[in-house]
Amino acid sequence: MTKTKKPKSKPKKQKKDYIIMDKNTKAIVFGFQQRAIQRMLDFDYICRREEPSVVVIVNPTRDGMHKCFWGTKEILIPMVRTLNEATKMHPEADFMVNFASFRSAYPTSKDALLTKTIRSVAIIAEGVPERRTKDLIKIAKEKNKWIIGPATVGGIAAGGFRIGNTAGMLDNIVASKLHRQGSVAYVSKSGGLSNELNNIIAINTDGVYEGVAIGGDRYPGSTFIDHMMRYEANPDIIMMVLLGEVGGTDEYEVVEAIKKGRIKKPVVAWCIGTCSKVFPSEVQFGHAGARAGADCETSDVKNKALKDAGAYVPNSFDDFDIQIKKAYDKLVKSGKHKPIPDVKPPTIPLDYAVALKQGVIRRPANFISTISDDRGEELRYCGVKISKIFEEKWGLGGVIGLLWFKKNLPPWAREFIERVVLLTADHGPAVSGAHNSIVASRAGKDLISSLVSGLLTIGPRFGGAVQGSADHFIKYLYAGEEPSFMVKEMKIKNVNIQGIGHRIKSVTNPDVRVTIMVDFAKKNFPVTETLDYALEVQKLTTAKRNNLILNVDGCIGVLCCDMLRGIGYTRDQVREFVDLGILNAFFVLGRSIGFMGHIMDQKRLKSRLYRHPWDDIEYMMPDKPEKVK
Amino acid sequence: MAQRGIREYNGKKMLAKYWTEYFGKSISYPGKVVLVDPNTKLDDLPKKHKWLKEEKLVVKPDQLFGKRGKHGLIKANATFAEAKKWIKERMNKDTKVGKIADKLTHFIIEPFVPHKGEFYVAIKSNRDGDTIYFSNHGGVDIESVWDTVAEILVPVEEDVNKINIESKLPKDTSKEHKKMFADFIKGLFNFYRELGYAYLEINPFVVTGKNLVPLDLVARIDDTAHFEYSKKWGDLPFPAPFGRKLSKEEKYIKTMDEKSGASLKLTILNPKGRVWTMVAGGGGSVIYTDTIVDLGYRDELANYGEYSGNPTTDLTYEYAKTILDLMTREKDSKGRPKFLLVGGGIANFTDVAKTFTGITMALRDYKKKLKDTNVKIYVRRGGPNYQEGLQIMKDLGNELGIPIDVYGPETHMTRIVDMALGGK
Repeated sequence: MTKTKKPKSKPKKQKKDYIIMDKNTKAIVFGFQQRAIQRMLDFDYICRREEPSVVVIVNPTRDGMHKCFWGTKEILIPMVRTLNEATKMHPEADFMVNFASFRSAYPTSKDALLTKTIRSVAIIAEGVPERRTKDLIKIAKEKNKWIIGPATVGGIAAGGFRIGNTAGMLDNIVASKLHRQGSVAYVSKSGGLSNELNNIIAINTDGVYEGVAIGGDRYPGSTFIDHMMRYEANPDIIMMVLLGEVGGTDEYEVVEAIKKGRIKKPVVAWCIGTCSKVFPSEVQFGHAGARAGADCETSDVKNKALKDAGAYVPNSFDDFDIQIKKAYDKLVKSGKHKPIPDVKPPTIPLDYAVALKQGVIRRPANFISTISDDRGEELRYCGVKISKIFEEKWGLGGVIGLLWFKKNLPPWAREFIERVVLLTADHGPAVSGAHNSIVASRAGKDLISSLVSGLLTIGPRFGGAVQGSADHFIKYLYAGEEPSFMVKEMKIKNVNIQGIGHRIKSVTNPDVRVTIMVDFAKKNFPVTETLDYALEVQKLTTAKRNNLILNVDGCIGVLCCDMLRGIGYTRDQVREFVDLGILNAFFVLGRSIGFMGHIMDQKRLKSRLYRHPWDDIEYMMPDKPEKVK
Repeated sequence: MAQRGIREYNGKKMLAKYWTEYFGKSISYPGKVVLVDPNTKLDDLPKKHKWLKEEKLVVKPDQLFGKRGKHGLIKANATFAEAKKWIKERMNKDTKVGKIADKLTHFIIEPFVPHKGEFYVAIKSNRDGDTIYFSNHGGVDIESVWDTVAEILVPVEEDVNKINIESKLPKDTSKEHKKMFADFIKGLFNFYRELGYAYLEINPFVVTGKNLVPLDLVARIDDTAHFEYSKKWGDLPFPAPFGRKLSKEEKYIKTMDEKSGASLKLTILNPKGRVWTMVAGGGGSVIYTDTIVDLGYRDELANYGEYSGNPTTDLTYEYAKTILDLMTREKDSKGRPKFLLVGGGIANFTDVAKTFTGITMALRDYKKKLKDTNVKIYVRRGGPNYQEGLQIMKDLGNELGIPIDVYGPETHMTRIVDMALGGK
């Protein structure tokens, strides 16, 4: 892979063949992995890189700019939809970190390998079909390019470049001295153990130079030997660590290279899975490649071969650290190596979310919400789980009780609310709100616009009587005035009492809706003070004219006030509810059902644009305008 | 997810289903094959498959193990009545194959084919492509006649039809068969590639007139390719290998594992063993188990256990309880202490303190039993919030009065194995 030389397009910044990632590496990240991208940038920052390693993000579903942190500052990274745009925008980016799923890992990696500018691709996805990986390997070989993965966390060039999430949290990275270059390079199959390797190497040597996890698949895009030959060629690396595993025969290429003298630097090696012999039958460990078919694929045989070839091989993983220290100390003692000193990394500010979790910071919230919470395992209304609401059949009234009043309402109140909704649901197509909805709908407007067009008519003249009656009656009732005083004063003010009077219905021909509601309230409500007051007023008004009865709007208005009193609110609180528009809330809720019905009715009838007929308009235009002097 | 074995029955059924697509009509395979499982009503079979009563039959188990002839597990040249009797005698019976014992549950019935020559063909995936193996001396352990085997490498994504197979067949291939075999191999290769096979061995297949009949078939499929080939596969089962009979506890953990996105593994190796492990991470768990074996405590090793992939507190609680229950059922016969290793490497992003919550809950539940069976606990873990996690474990030891030794990333990962077992 590293034999042929690349044509010299930019001679000044020509990379050595044995380096695939370092502090100058610029990368394209495929897939909008915000946390991984931030982690890469944070690593760059503590490595004191001059520029961020991520230069462009490919996100097939969105483009624009992605904002992330660079130390304490914020920077923008361009996000494009296609790899083609990304490579054109940043031809200097020769590395792609591919977070595409197992389904799209193959086509996207193939595209990347076929570009002129990308030299290395790290494939993170697990579960890429073996046939597809083999094709990628073939292309990489032909094009003299590198694949790390699939099924890997990636790798890390200490003090330079981090593939995605490799090496975990920042404090761990600093503890393992990865923020500056050491002189020991490792290659491991497992990504999960790379953190442990970083730690072991940091404790026993002057630290990691580079580490690669080639991934657990049967056919990793690059193998142990590929990376170890790079390490051998790199003069800044003094020794290598190999962590292999049961299954496959890739470790034998390293054995051969050591035997033939192609690898001269010290190698400390261990293959995990020596326990496979104690299992009764074939057990598949986590990795797709980790299954020993033949003896030569067992860890015991591999470890012996590595030892026989001259590698430092422990008796068990338990003294892996001791072997690493032994190999390293020997190099130092012989004077071949001068340990690289430690460097203090710059501090990275704590992420807000992390600090919050640790309880070291606080901030006043801009919003408070006291009625519902969707964050937990289950949606809750005022503390009640939605499943409980269904199980116990709380119904619409129960839910309104929770969300509007934050109360677990008694059955009579729940039923009352539902009755109000049913009662106000519709009043035919001719009323102004329904008419408006219909006209808007026929003008081709969408459901929401048409609905809003109808709702906007609700006010003092239409539907507002519900609100108005509550307003009028409690004003006098709560002030302790007699009904007769109310009637008199309203007369003097020349204001019609809202909720009193009907076009057709009268004392002798009562509105059945009102009768039902009044009976229901008398039977179930603990308090009916407003209703009683309104009925007293009705006595006085009907004495004047037969049709000045408490109408259905008025009835709902006063009963809502009584319901609120009945569920435990004081008069002051009822006043507050009325002032904030609770009665309109009931009316809007109910009547929206009707409006939407009319809108859908018109849509399904394919009604055409409504145009008011000329003959229904009396045109009274003057011949000329009045002239302003 | 990896290469997984499929039943011989499914392999043959797939061959029959796609035969004309890949082999044309000049050679044919009748595809007469029936699978019998514990629920099969044997007497009803001939209604659907008339040939069962018309031909002599071969019966053998179909449970992903080979060398059935050697173990006396093939009944050949049998009538249907004989085949039925043979199956009934073996169905659901514990049977030993080599060192492995398990129940026989699946059998395959096919017509018995009288024949002369037996041939060998296999295709195996490798890094550079796929290699075809062919020999005119099939029907035996192929290793013993390896010098008769021709090897033909088909490089990655190269068209097999462009390769002159005929010229690469072994020299002892008879003239009359050359073209037929070359065509068959090409068809078989395309079948193998286009249906996501990773390994396919037919040993032997035989020729009777125009018919080409695979007698014995072994196949592995790359199940990661499910999203590409599932339409062609149909409802293809991947049975567990022979000999993986699970205990009640192992089954329980396996169901939890399958139901959740996290990974929970438990294999009980020796319920009387004194060393129990409960390790975070796939690689880490293997290393702990390795080390116990490598340091010479193989006979004391009770289980292989792993939890990873951010399991919920409930899951780790159930998982820990299962292990604690198993290990505290009885005292060591010699009165020696038992050891629980709560190990793990350095986590990337998992909150260590959080994952310990479920474990501490379980330990509290088993306080008395842990004391009664003289359990000593060793903890080693690193990663996010590990300091708090380790403190929780330390405090728990004091609270319960159970020795819990706690170590972080400054201590080599497997050192607790020797600390626990060294000299004991």
